Amino acid sequence: MSWANAILDDFVLRAILAGIGLAFAAAPLGCFVVWRHMAYFGDATAHAAILGVALSLTFSVSIFMGVMGVALVMAFTVSTLGGRGFAMDTILGVLAHSALAFGLVAASFLSGIRIDLMAYLFGDILAVMPRDLGVIWGGGALVVGLLIWRWSALLTSTLNPDLAYAEGVDPRREQMVLNVALAIVVAVAIKVVGALLITAMLIIPAAAARPLTRTPETMALLAGGLASASVVGGIRAAWVFDTPTGPTIVCVVAGVFALSVTVGQVLARR
Amino acid sequence: MTLFTFGSVGLSFGDSAILKSVSFEMGAGEIVTIVGPNGSGKSTLLRLLIGSIAPSTGRITCQAGLRIGYVPQKLALDPTLPMTVDRLLSLRRRASRARVAQALQEAGVPGFERRQISALSGGQLQRVMLARALLGEPDLLVLDEATQGLDQPGVAAFYRQIEAVRQEHGCGILMVSHDLHVVMSASDRVICLNGHICCQGTPQHVVSAPEYRALFGEGTGGALALYSHHHDHRHDHKEGAQ
Repeated sequence: MSWANAILDDFVLRAILAGIGLAFAAAPLGCFVVWRHMAYFGDATAHAAILGVALSLTFSVSIFMGVMGVALVMAFTVSTLGGRGFAMDTILGVLAHSALAFGLVAASFLSGIRIDLMAYLFGDILAVMPRDLGVIWGGGALVVGLLIWRWSALLTSTLNPDLAYAEGVDPRREQMVLNVALAIVVAVAIKVVGALLITAMLIIPAAAARPLTRTPETMALLAGGLASASVVGGIRAAWVFDTPTGPTIVCVVAGVFALSVTVGQVLARR
Repeated sequence: MTLFTFGSVGLSFGDSAILKSVSFEMGAGEIVTIVGPNGSGKSTLLRLLIGSIAPSTGRITCQAGLRIGYVPQKLALDPTLPMTVDRLLSLRRRASRARVAQALQEAGVPGFERRQISALSGGQLQRVMLARALLGEPDLLVLDEATQGLDQPGVAAFYRQIEAVRQEHGCGILMVSHDLHVVMSASDRVICLNGHICCQGTPQHVVSAPEYRALFGEGTGGALALYSHHHDHRHDHKEGAQ
């Protein structure tokens, strides 16, 4: 089958649409993850997704709801435990890896049901169904809407919590907004790139957009654009080289990051 | 008219008391400086006022609709966050180009609109933050050690700017500092804080108060150290937190 035929054939088109839906939600949220040094926080929440998958299959609820529920619990646990005796990276290290381990163990108990662990760890974007597409775009739109609604309050509390209080913004409430957005993105992304690579889709496009931008808004928009382009490029490359699609997308994003940093350095030297 | 009143405000975390029965008020257009050693609760007092922490005891009452312009101690902007000066100034409320330009002019950084925040010097950043606070047409300007990291001429220039701002806007100014000499000349009233209010009054009054000498008289080795003092209560420098 040729590439053109494959695009016309539904599954590649669905994969591209799913990837772009994720890209436009993950990239602006990823900017906040980068600005607020929450990379490991994103990891912990994403790793909890596997536990969410296991629980969803056990109790026969939708994977999206199960993953979002567990991710939400994880995000709130991390943000309330912060600053209570342990350093933040220690708490996150404990939670991220235990969530993953408990998830894998829980999945092993599901002997009655065949569970394709690889699909949840690394994504299975070519298997996206029209129904999944609705969930991905619905969740993505929700995240983008949430970020646009809270944008200036989120930015102010990212700049300085006391400044936020003085201007009538409660930084704790804004942290909750980010927690909810993160949980939705994790639930949306598990089908596309899998639990292990969700953080990549959050952080790498944002980091790639940084050297080329001068305001937070352009950084978020460019991150979304670079992520979408990488999704299309990654699906194409996976098709040509017959490689796993989720990881290939992340490889392309990483390439875009390297290119952007180089271009940024050249521009700065002028 | 009174901008705000602290009525026997206390704050403690667990067993350690950071502030004990602090009572004072500020009138419109007044310049009040709070001085005190590290850990005396100066910054905490400002954080109580802007509402980022709640007092354990006592009450803080503000004039209805009080607009506070806050200039933080240090805006540690992450280098991964791109931000121009004009974007920072219009972040919370939309402001016309003309108003932004005027605020920057008043704060002593005219024409800085297109600069990146990360490329500013410490003094320039503080002035930009001052311009941002002025855009909200505050009744009260709150500055938390706004001159930290500036050299002596820089500090003096910054305080002249503050005085000019007060003359222009007529807003009250509450600041925290340990740059004692420069600050004091600009203030109507000085409050000497060390977990509680040790003494307050005009700069001349405070500088000669035994409580002030007890806190700042030692260690300067110069003119201030000449005074030998007696006081009826201990000032424990280790007590409290920032």
